[in-house]
Amino acid sequence: MERLKILKTYKIYIGGSFPRTESGRYYQPVNHKGDKLGNICQSSRKDIRNSVVEARKAFSVWSEKSNFNRGQILYRIAEMLEGRKSQFVDELIFQSLSKSNAEKEVNLSIDRLIYYAGWCDKYSQVLDSVNPVASSHFNFSINEPTGVVGLIADQNTSLIGLVSLLAPIIVGGNTCVVIASENLPLSAITFAEVLNSSDVPAGVVNIITGFLDELIKPLTTHMDINSIAYSGKSEKIKKQLKESSALNLKRINVYSRDWIKPVSQDLYLISDFQEIKTTWHPIENIGGSSSQY
Amino acid sequence: MNNYTNKVVQPDFSKSPRIDKVGVEERVSKFQKRSLKRETKLMGLRMALSMIDLTTLEGKDTIQKVKQMCYKAQHLHDVFPNLPKVAAVCVYPSMVRVASKLLDQSEVKVASVSTSFPSGQSPLKVKLMETKFAISEGADEIDMVISRGKFLAGEYNFVFDEIARIKEVCGNVRLKVILETGELITLDNVRRASEIAMYAGADFIKTSTGKIQPAASMQVTYVMLEAIRDFMDKTGIKVGMKPAGGISNSKLALHNLVMVNEVLGNGWLSNEWFRFGASSLANDLLMQIIKSETGIYQSSDYFSID
Repeated sequence: MERLKILKTYKIYIGGSFPRTESGRYYQPVNHKGDKLGNICQSSRKDIRNSVVEARKAFSVWSEKSNFNRGQILYRIAEMLEGRKSQFVDELIFQSLSKSNAEKEVNLSIDRLIYYAGWCDKYSQVLDSVNPVASSHFNFSINEPTGVVGLIADQNTSLIGLVSLLAPIIVGGNTCVVIASENLPLSAITFAEVLNSSDVPAGVVNIITGFLDELIKPLTTHMDINSIAYSGKSEKIKKQLKESSALNLKRINVYSRDWIKPVSQDLYLISDFQEIKTTWHPIENIGGSSSQY
Repeated sequence: MNNYTNKVVQPDFSKSPRIDKVGVEERVSKFQKRSLKRETKLMGLRMALSMIDLTTLEGKDTIQKVKQMCYKAQHLHDVFPNLPKVAAVCVYPSMVRVASKLLDQSEVKVASVSTSFPSGQSPLKVKLMETKFAISEGADEIDMVISRGKFLAGEYNFVFDEIARIKEVCGNVRLKVILETGELITLDNVRRASEIAMYAGADFIKTSTGKIQPAASMQVTYVMLEAIRDFMDKTGIKVGMKPAGGISNSKLALHNLVMVNEVLGNGWLSNEWFRFGASSLANDLLMQIIKSETGIYQSSDYFSID
């Protein structure tokens, strides 16, 4: 007798565990052939709330880790993704991609994680500065993580769009709440499993699935989210972001890049999620004491 | 206020009713499953806010810290109108004067812990003196601790007499008796200590000092509420309840209110008869209230720390 295949339940990822949505609802997106991708959690605002609580809790843990250690963990994510490549490729094919495109997307996602892992203990050397000032002060600017970031992931890709923004966000010490692609949610949840086994502390990344229309408002109005990243071109969403982010002056970052291009990665994506802190430190008059140096 | 000891026949405390732990847990879990509709929830949140004894009981307390807390007691979150004030502030005796001066004109009361809080390990003479001192400094309420060591050694009369003597000194000042349930080990002991405290003249019984874990678990509070109900049935005297320690979020506070309502009835649903001893609960309630009324999830970044 042929063995019955066990179907996977795609659940959301909050605070390092995989609960079902609090609302108990689900939806069934389909691929180009009309096959149902699965029963996907149709999350509610309460799942957003729970995610933000976990992300806030994790923020001190994550941002206080040394940059070097965060880099190691990012590298670990890439390693784990490499080990599960075939599963990601299969899921992308199931979500209507050709085999070659699927392989390309997964490979690129791994490389992108490595790219940002490499930046982790270097970006501050490039972005921070010692500033010339016209008084007896040692004046320096350092980059600090913005806080809890709400990421509305690219809707047109399942994996690469998510990874391309998630990596620069967490590299810089932020924690984040992700709304995955509504119609292509499988890779996001499987990626959560990768995160879960990569020494990423619980709550650093929280991934929820569901209807964008319903989830954007609670995400963007939430007072405990400090920044919103949106990848996409919808004017309606951009307007909504600006309006509701005004409540607590969230930093909004909107991208319309083609993430599948190898050049769609750079240092400035890290700095988009950093706040610059400048310190004026009084010192003795430099002009008069040059011989001391 | 009440001269219980003269009117009421004392029972033999060694024969206090035994508590069925499994039954208590079962019953308590029911209170946590009640569905509260929006209006009720909002009412509950506001009610809980008005029942808080805003507390600071640290070795590191300073006059400034107490001043700040007294300000907060009257101005919980001024940007949002029509919020209730808390019931009282709770401080060490040395801080009572500062607090009572600041709260003189307001309805917020000043409660002082006493009797060598939190351990209670000092002679009765000292405890009486401390209590007198707190009252003379302007305390409206006294939170005393019982001698847990004596209680566990079975010296119930000692514990009883101590409470009765403190009550004598208190006169019209309301006396809350802290059982420190985390040190009483069993629910049977919680029930017995509750009875001793009430028969000795407590106006309130209170779970914990907040210094020992576990503190105000639902189970413990439930046993104490039942003791209050039985005491009321037997003697006609109404005693208040104050769970303290560990009630840090709105959900727990609402569960407690549901429980009080179902065990004792709504006669206890006011800050005259029910209090929460807490410090971080206030901000969570505020955030929930504002969330419920505006639909926007709040951040602790926008609320005062103390």
